[in-house]
Amino acid sequence: MNTDKSGTNIGSYEERVKNFTWDAVSQELGFEDGAPRNIGWCCTDRICEQGLGGKTALIWESTQGEERKYTFDQMRLYSNAFAKLLQELGVKDGERVAIYLDRVPSLYFSLLGILKLGAIAVPMFSAFGEEALQVRLANCDAVACITSPRLARKLRKARPGLPALKRVIVVDADDESKLKGDEMAYSVEDAPPVEVFPVFPATEETPSLLHYTSGTTGQPKGALHVHGSILSQYITTKWVMDLKPDDVYWCTADPGWVTGISYGVIGPWSLGATQLVLEVGFIPARWYSAIEKHRVSVWYSAPTAIRLLMREGEEIVKQYDLSSLRHLCSVGEPLNPEAVIWSEKVYGLPFHDTWWQTETGAIMITNYPGMEVRPGSMGKPFPGTTAAVLDDRFEPITEPNKPGKLALKPPWASMFREYWGNRTIYESKFKNGWYITGDRARIDEDGYYWFEGRDDDVINTGGHLVAPFEVESALLEHEAVAESAAIGTPDKVNMEVVKAYVALKSGFEPTKDLELSIMNFVRKRLSPLAMPQYIEFMDKLPKTRSGKIMRRVLRAMDRGEPIGDISTLEDE
Amino acid sequence: MAMQDLIIEYIKDEYLEEDDEVGLDTPLISSGIVDSFSMVSLKTFLENKYGISIPDEKAAPEAFDTVRKIIDLVHEFNPDAE
Repeated sequence: MNTDKSGTNIGSYEERVKNFTWDAVSQELGFEDGAPRNIGWCCTDRICEQGLGGKTALIWESTQGEERKYTFDQMRLYSNAFAKLLQELGVKDGERVAIYLDRVPSLYFSLLGILKLGAIAVPMFSAFGEEALQVRLANCDAVACITSPRLARKLRKARPGLPALKRVIVVDADDESKLKGDEMAYSVEDAPPVEVFPVFPATEETPSLLHYTSGTTGQPKGALHVHGSILSQYITTKWVMDLKPDDVYWCTADPGWVTGISYGVIGPWSLGATQLVLEVGFIPARWYSAIEKHRVSVWYSAPTAIRLLMREGEEIVKQYDLSSLRHLCSVGEPLNPEAVIWSEKVYGLPFHDTWWQTETGAIMITNYPGMEVRPGSMGKPFPGTTAAVLDDRFEPITEPNKPGKLALKPPWASMFREYWGNRTIYESKFKNGWYITGDRARIDEDGYYWFEGRDDDVINTGGHLVAPFEVESALLEHEAVAESAAIGTPDKVNMEVVKAYVALKSGFEPTKDLELSIMNFVRKRLSPLAMPQYIEFMDKLPKTRSGKIMRRVLRAMDRGEPIGDISTLEDE
Repeated sequence: MAMQDLIIEYIKDEYLEEDDEVGLDTPLISSGIVDSFSMVSLKTFLENKYGISIPDEKAAPEAFDTVRKIIDLVHEFNPDAE
């Protein structure tokens, strides 16, 4: 394993832990000298002021293979233009503006523009179906949405439930006659350049982004982040991704989720790094070809993708020159030891696992460049972070290797500040002075953390969290479904996938066609991630006497484990 | 209905919006029309319709990337499928 510390940005992990202060990070970003704290400004204007305006910020490759490059100065001008457009449309600071786009350049320009204006950006995963979209945009009363001609059609279906949504801006609209109602076509690259835009004077507590995440109960929750989060995203990108001035960085995460923003926008661009964005989905040959063509040196991906690449084998790797790669990281779910060992063998480099959540906003526990990677371990807490494993009384466990609740000591710069409109659930995440992550872990004798599993019913599929409640609610909307339950079932590639248990209404028979109909129904209502990949039909689901479905029993049945205490199970 | 027409109709109904078109060689996976999770429902459709079972190692994104490739895949497991 690579334990060479020479030349890494972090240098000695132990020294960084000992000497870490947020003030020093603030100083690096110029905040102590009065530089604007606005993330949009920090990722564009600030880099231009450093004399790097002509440096490539974004290399974008379309699905068809078209390549475009944008400099930091172009990013500055185009984000200014989006900010001005929204301002002229009447959007005010603090209002929520959704971005519902595939990975196209305007996604990045508009995101930075929203932040420059002081509005709150709400990234939406482009594979969301109309219901998933509507629930989230209604929750935050989004006033505007930036979308594409393809996705505008899904948005139209959700719009009757979105009374607050007054503006729909459609980018890359080749044929304006296909727009409907008040939808407005806009092409930032054809609009007059906006040389100067007075950015909103954000403080570290000014809201910046709302990232929706799934919990064990109820509808998705919007984790609210602030402009001050850039301190965490900047320093973690610098020390964990180890970005240097000549690097070409590629984060494969979709910007509809937190990783694609914290480490696909804010972290790399606050460091003035060049980054690659591929519009194309997961196609191994396209991925390897992109690494070779663009000389990608730092690659941040996810275990699901790595396991799929493993499945593709080593022969395909030999067809490409991947010698530009020098540092690999992974996020989203625990990285299994086999994947770390495989990447070391095939790419000559191990993937470094990073652990964090939507709520944490930035990497909290990780493996550092130059530090021994223990395959399968989450690594060690980031300098300035206090982590612990707690017992059932929410007290730290000091005994090595004893599993407990993984917790973090607040505050830290990128910590979420609330769940949008849901103070009660936000407060329930804090116990005894700790933020309770919902994951279980253990700490070994040397201080390495090891993931043990979730502490709740939330399903982690392909690195994304899916709420059983949301899936169950959608299932119940299907005409044939009387009762429903959703659990995560183990999966070799995605760690878990959604499995549904369904009791049918009378008059419906469990057939393969009905199974497919239910799968597609949930996929279209929510998202492909939430679609049950397995459906088991039952006459009746196990419930408590009060009528609550016992997912625990179903999970045990699925895994062939003992069912445990069923004294609360309703009588037959 | 011929296999080609049936598969195209299914893809249009399930994965596309009203006026989108798809042909024999339209990229499905690499264009994002069908993502890796949705591929499972496409695979289930093919298995149900043509009485086949496609093992995981054959269910690679490339094998589902166009209708033409999908037809080849179905024929690999059921040469008589029409």
